[in-house]
Amino acid sequence: MVYLTRKAEFSASHYYHNPSFSQTENERIFGKCNNPNGHGHNYTLEVTVKGGVDPKSGFVVDLKQLKEIMNSEVLEVLDHRFLNKEVPEFASKIPTTENIAIVIWERLAPKLKAAQLHCVRVYETPDLFVDFYGEK
Amino acid sequence: MKAHLTRRYMISASHRLHSDEMSNEENRTIYGKCNNPYGHGHNYMIEVTVSGPVNEQTGMVCNIVTLDDFVLQNVIERYDHQNLNLLADFKKDVPTTENLCIAIYEIVKRGFREAHLEKVRIEETMMNSFEYAGGAERS
Repeated sequence: MVYLTRKAEFSASHYYHNPSFSQTENERIFGKCNNPNGHGHNYTLEVTVKGGVDPKSGFVVDLKQLKEIMNSEVLEVLDHRFLNKEVPEFASKIPTTENIAIVIWERLAPKLKAAQLHCVRVYETPDLFVDFYGEK
Repeated sequence: MKAHLTRRYMISASHRLHSDEMSNEENRTIYGKCNNPYGHGHNYMIEVTVSGPVNEQTGMVCNIVTLDDFVLQNVIERYDHQNLNLLADFKKDVPTTENLCIAIYEIVKRGFREAHLEKVRIEETMMNSFEYAGGAERS
């Protein structure tokens, strides 16, 4: 089994708000992230896939295909967007780094054929990142 | 859905690697430059990884502010800008980064209740890093 990681970057804005909480609770739990006008980050995405090495190509996965899937499923959807308002999954889900990693996994996993998705890592800043391994 | 959340922190501290259980010559042989009697320092980059179910109400494994407050009060204030050899934590143990990693892991494991501690990873320099995820700690 070999693991291969491909990086990408996207920039997006978001805010944290749960309509079932009172405004006071939202402010207490989410702090500055609750500002309804949003704020943004430069996110770094690391997608790790795993699989056997194909004896003919020497590849775990065709990087060009992986890159195309990441572009169409993730970057075109998230890059330079206001996540709460423009990405359907975040109409009902708070766009925390945890949920962004989960959404990216759910978008990528069904599209990958040869290799299996191992980990989606999302850096919100260089000091804060989330790993999602598809665990329920 | 279970996710892992990692936060990076920085401390600066000095240490000297020297074991009273060995002769001065053995210490010099084993620890080399790190045995310099006056000590030396590093910028340690500490990564704390916690895990747990992503709360459906908040979208979070744990509130990052709570984790930051805990690490600031219990780890950073304890070690930042200190000579590690002079701290009670390292009266018995040599303040190698292995032992610092274990000490920090144990502080977080004992005191932080908001999520499950997965591991502590420390970069002593850009070239060296250490991680501890619990388990048999000393031979």
